[in-house]
Amino acid sequence: MNSFFNYFADIFSGVKSLLIGMSVTGKYFFSPGQIVTQQYPENRKTLKMYERFKGEVIMPHDANNHHRCTGCAICELNCPNGSIEIVSARIDGPDGKKVRVIDKHIYHLGMCTFCSLCVKTCPENALAFGQEFEHAVFDRSVLTKILNQPGSSIIKGTEE
Amino acid sequence: MKEVIHTPVPSVEEEEYHINMGPQHPSTHGVLRLVVSLQGEIVKNLKPHCGYIHRGMEKMCEKDTYPQIIHLTDRMDYLSAHINNHAVCLLVENALQIEVPERVKYIRTIMDELCRIQSHQLWWASFGMDLGGLTCFFYGLRDREKILDIWEETTGARFLQSYYTPGGLMWDIHPDFQKNVKAFIKYFRKKIRDYEKILSGNVIFTERSRNIGLMTKEEAISYGVTGPSGRGSGWSCDIRKHHPYALYDKVEFKEILYHEGDTLARYMVRMDEMYESMHIIEQLIDNIPEGDFSAKMKAVIKLPAGEYYQRVESARGDLGIYCISDGNKTPYRMKFRTPSFSNLSVLDHISRDLKIADLVAIGGSLDLVIPDIDR
Amino acid sequence: MASTNIYDNFVTSLTQSIHNGLYSSMSPTWALITELAIIGFVFLMFYALVGLFLVYAERKVCAFMQNRVGPNRVGKYGIFQTIADFIKLLMKELVVIKNSDKLLFTLAPFIIIIASFMAVAAIPFAKGLHAIDFDIGILYVIAVSSLGVVGVLLAGWSSNNKYSLIGAMRSGAQIISYELSVGMSLLTIVILAGTMQFSEIVQGQEFGWFIFKGHIPAVIAFLIFLIASTAETNRGPFDLAEAESELTAGFHTEYSGIKFAFFFLAEYMNMFLVASIGATIFLGGWMPFHVSGWIGFNQVMDYIPPTFWYLGKTGFIIFLMMWFKWTFPRLRIDQLLTLEWKYLLPINLFNILLMAFIVLMGWHF
Ligand code: SF4
Ligand code: SF4
Repeated sequence: MNSFFNYFADIFSGVKSLLIGMSVTGKYFFSPGQIVTQQYPENRKTLKMYERFKGEVIMPHDANNHHRCTGCAICELNCPNGSIEIVSARIDGPDGKKVRVIDKHIYHLGMCTFCSLCVKTCPENALAFGQEFEHAVFDRSVLTKILNQPGSSIIKGTEE
Repeated sequence: MKEVIHTPVPSVEEEEYHINMGPQHPSTHGVLRLVVSLQGEIVKNLKPHCGYIHRGMEKMCEKDTYPQIIHLTDRMDYLSAHINNHAVCLLVENALQIEVPERVKYIRTIMDELCRIQSHQLWWASFGMDLGGLTCFFYGLRDREKILDIWEETTGARFLQSYYTPGGLMWDIHPDFQKNVKAFIKYFRKKIRDYEKILSGNVIFTERSRNIGLMTKEEAISYGVTGPSGRGSGWSCDIRKHHPYALYDKVEFKEILYHEGDTLARYMVRMDEMYESMHIIEQLIDNIPEGDFSAKMKAVIKLPAGEYYQRVESARGDLGIYCISDGNKTPYRMKFRTPSFSNLSVLDHISRDLKIADLVAIGGSLDLVIPDIDR
Repeated sequence: MASTNIYDNFVTSLTQSIHNGLYSSMSPTWALITELAIIGFVFLMFYALVGLFLVYAERKVCAFMQNRVGPNRVGKYGIFQTIADFIKLLMKELVVIKNSDKLLFTLAPFIIIIASFMAVAAIPFAKGLHAIDFDIGILYVIAVSSLGVVGVLLAGWSSNNKYSLIGAMRSGAQIISYELSVGMSLLTIVILAGTMQFSEIVQGQEFGWFIFKGHIPAVIAFLIFLIASTAETNRGPFDLAEAESELTAGFHTEYSGIKFAFFFLAEYMNMFLVASIGATIFLGGWMPFHVSGWIGFNQVMDYIPPTFWYLGKTGFIIFLMMWFKWTFPRLRIDQLLTLEWKYLLPINLFNILLMAFIVLMGWHF
C-alpha cells in the first residue's frame, strides 16, 4: 500500500518540479523587457567601452603631434611576447650632443596578450590602452603598427 | 617499403565498440579526447588523451620574469584567471617576504570570490547544457556577464585580466567598483533562485544525477580530486580553510561538504559555494581600507635561490605552484599542479558501467577546463 | 442544427467551383488527375511553409525564453531567416560518406518527410477542408506517422557512424514504446466519440471539446498524449536520438546540405502533425468554442474562421511542446523507458477503463 502511495507521490512531486521549471522560462518568455543581448552593429554609434578597456596599445599624441616616448626600450624588455620593437635613432641635440630618440615604436597587435606590462612599466607614461576592439583584418601585416605617428616628436622637456 | 602492421584481430566477443569523444565534441568543453569502449550504451572503460592544447607553459615560464609569468597563468584555467594570478603573486611575495597592503588583500579576496562565482555560473550553464537543458546555458551566461562587466571596468579585460602583480595590483579599483559589486550581489541573489527552480529541483535532473558517478572519500583522496568535486565526497580539502591566504582567515565562511559523492552532491557543493562566495564578498565590500594598491617592489624581481610551493583554492580545486629559483630573475623550473588534471584521472574509475549519458553528466560535474589539464 | 457557420459555405463553394470548373473543361480522368495534382501541390506548399515558419517560431520562442531576441537580421524581425537558411542549405555540398550505404543514406530523409506528409492528409483544417476523410482516420494517422522511425533507423544505420548508430537504436526503442501511449490516449477519446473518423470527431465536439466533455480521463489522456507525442517526434526532453551533448547530432550527424534540411524540416512537420492531431481530437479541431445554449456567444465565436481556430489550437500545443523543450534537461534512455512502461502505460490502461466506465454510465457531458 505504501509503495502504491509512493508511486503517486512520485508522480505529483515530479510534475510539480517540472511546472516550477516551466514557470521560470514562461516568465521570461512573457517579459521581453528582460532581454539582455545587445544588437551589435546597430549600436556601434552608442557603444561605449569602459575607459580602462584594453583594446590595443596606443601612444597618445597631443595636438602638436608630440608624444612622450624617449625610446628607452623598457617596454620592449618587459613585454613577455616580444610584441614591441623599438627602433631608435640618434640625432643632434640642441647642445650639439647626439641624443637618442625614438624612430619607430613597432607594436605587433597580433602577438599582444594585453598583459599591460608595457603600459605599466613605461617610465614616461608614453603608452596607453586604446578602446578600439574591431581588430579583424584580412592581412596579418596590418596588425603590425607603428605607434609613433610620422613626423611626431617628443614633448619638450621630457628628453633625457 | 610498405610497412605491414599486424594488429591482433579481436574475436567477436572481445570486440568493443570504441567511440572517440572529442577532441571536438560538444560535451568535452574543449579539446579533450576520451576514447570510450562501449557495450551498447554502457561505458566499459575510457581512456583520456590530453595534450591537444598543450602550450608548454611550464617551459615558457623558464624564460619569463615573474611579472611576465602572471599573464601565462591566466590562460591556464581561464575561468579562474584571478585565482591563478593570485597563486603566482603569493609565491613571489612569500619568497621575498613582502607584506602586501591591507587594501590589496581585500580587493584580491573580493576578486577571487567574484571569480569563483563566475566560474561556477559558467559551470552551471554548461552542466545544464550537458544534460540537455539548453536554456540553462543562457541564464548562466546572462548573469556571468554582470561580473565580466565589473571586471572590465576595473581591470580592462573581461576574461584574461592579468590584474594582480607581485606585490599588489595593476591598478586601483574603479571608483564604481563597490557600488557595482553590491548591485550584482543583490541581483544574483534573486537570479540564483532561477537556477534552483529550473535545475536543482527538477525531477529529471535529480534522477539523472543522484547516485551517478559515485566517488568515495578514499577514492577522492587517492586520485587527488580536490575542489568542489572532492568536497562532494566529503573530503575537507579547501585550501582557504586549511592554509588560509589573503583574508580567508579573517572572513567567516563555511566549507561546503556533502558526503554522497555522486553527481548531485558535486552539483550542490558548487551551488552552495556561490552563496558562500557572495557571503564573503558582502563581508568585505564595504570595508575596503584606504591605502596603496601595491607594495613597493624592485623593478627587477629576483627570488632567492631555493624551492617554493604555493597553493591556492581555485574554482576547480587545489592549484599548486612549485618553483625552483636559482636566484635569477626567471625561475629555474616552474611546475603547476593543476586541479583539472587530477580531477580528470578519476573519470574512468567513476563512470564505468554507466551509460554514455551518465558519462557526460559526470564529466560535467567534475568541471574540467581543458587548458588547465594540458597547460 | 445550430451550426450554420458562415465560413462553411465559403470553403465548400470554393472547392465545389474548382471541381465543377475542372470537370466541365476536360475529360473526367484528366480532371481527376489535375485535381489530385492540385491537392498534392497545395499540401506540399502548405507543409513546406509550415515547416519553415515553425523553425522560425521555435527560434523566436526559445530566444525569448532565454532573454534573447532571436533571428532579427533577414527581413523585419528576421521572418525570412529560415528561408535564407534554406537557400544556404540548398547550396551546400552533399557530403558522400565513405563506406556508407548510399541508397539507404539518400532514402532515409525522404522516408521521414513522406511519412509525416502522408499523415497530414487526414487532418481536417475546416469543415470539409481535408484531403481525405477516412472512416478509420485515427488508425490511419497512427499507422502512417510511425513510419517515420524507419527513416531514422535507416539514417543511423546507413551513415556508417558510431554516434549515428547509437542514436538510431535509441530512437527505435523510444518510438516503439511511445507509439503505444499515443495510440492508447487517442483510443480513450475514440471511446468517448464513438467514431474514428476525423470529421465526425470534430462534429461531436460542437458543444464542448472532448477535453471538457470527458473531464478527468480526457485531461489525463491529453497530458499523456502531450508527453508521448513529444517523445514520438524526438523532441526535447526526449531528443535522445539527437542528444547533441552526447551523440553530437545523433542519427543525422553525417547529413549535410538539403538532406539535413529534410531531417530538420521533418522534425517540425512532425511536431505540427502531432499538434494538429491533438488539437483535433482533444480541443475540437476547427470547431469554434461553443457553449450549449448561449446563442449570441456562439455566433460571435462563429465569426472567427474555423481554420483560425484550428491553427490557434495547433499553435497552442506546439507552443507547449516548445516550452517543454526549452525548459527541461534530457532524460536518459532507461529513464525514458521507465517513464513509458512504469508510469504512462499503466495509467493509460486504467484511464481507458475509466473512460469506458464513464461513457457507459453516461457521466460525461
Ligand atoms: S614607450 Fe615608454 S618604455 Fe617604451 S620606449 Fe617609449 S618611453 Fe620607453
Ligand atoms: S600589453 Fe603586454 S603583450 Fe601587449 S605589448 Fe604590452 S607588454 Fe607586450
